[in-house]
Amino acid sequence: MKAHLTRRYMFSASHRLHSAAMSEAENAATYGKCNNPYGHGHNYSLEITVSGLVDESTGMVCNLVDLDGFVQREILQRFDLENLNTRAEFLQTVPTTENLCTAIYDILQRGFTHAHLDKVRIEETMMNSFEYAGAGEIGR
Amino acid sequence: MVYLTRKAEFAASHYYHNPDLTPDENRRLFGKCNNPNGHGHNYTLEVTVKGEVDPRSGFVVDLKQLKEVLNREVLDAMDHRFLNKEVPEFSTRIPTTENLAIAIWQRLLSKLNKAQLHRVRVYETPDLFVDFYGEA
Repeated sequence: MKAHLTRRYMFSASHRLHSAAMSEAENAATYGKCNNPYGHGHNYSLEITVSGLVDESTGMVCNLVDLDGFVQREILQRFDLENLNTRAEFLQTVPTTENLCTAIYDILQRGFTHAHLDKVRIEETMMNSFEYAGAGEIGR
Repeated sequence: MVYLTRKAEFAASHYYHNPDLTPDENRRLFGKCNNPNGHGHNYTLEVTVKGEVDPRSGFVVDLKQLKEVLNREVLDAMDHRFLNKEVPEFSTRIPTTENLAIAIWQRLLSKLNKAQLHRVRVYETPDLFVDFYGEA
């Protein structure tokens, strides 16, 4: 039978929202306080949902040790306690939480092979959250 | 269609062990969860049902009845229990959060008469939960 497993991870990072394609005035108007050149930070809550048939011999969709290890190595080490603007993923794109969602989804989609990736959900603050499911549906 | 979710909490212990595997394989696969004395969690259960709103009552489902079914079928059987030893489903299946969600779905499915079961979500900790939608 197919089950969907969600694991939550926390990380903290700083960023500045600023687009090279816009003038200073446009940036200020678009991003407001988030355009502060010195940047600012958030405690991000990252939820990763994977799915698959529950293996009869283990009772698992995938072994959490594999998921935790991958996320630690490929995601948390890359972003936790870093300035997102300096990371390779955001040299060309603005590190909004929308773009962070798709970047993390792509890392998982490329490298995590132990279960099907359903979606990535990130809370930037308790008041806002973002979800990305690639070609899949957020649906339920 | 309106969706309604009822939440409940229960505390239980479990351990992970597959008798078809060697002790070494069990330890490697399940790590600390393989300790035969068990360990425990405060589980949070969210049961979501769906249905049309009854024009007379304004309800999708009678919450009191849903609560009674949850209490009888799930909490009485699992709260403050050792899942491996006291819940029949887990004499043959490993009581992972995945299998717990499936077992709860199976217990509830035939007992809900008006509303349709949509999702069973089981939180093992605030950082880990499993959703089961009855998919084969």
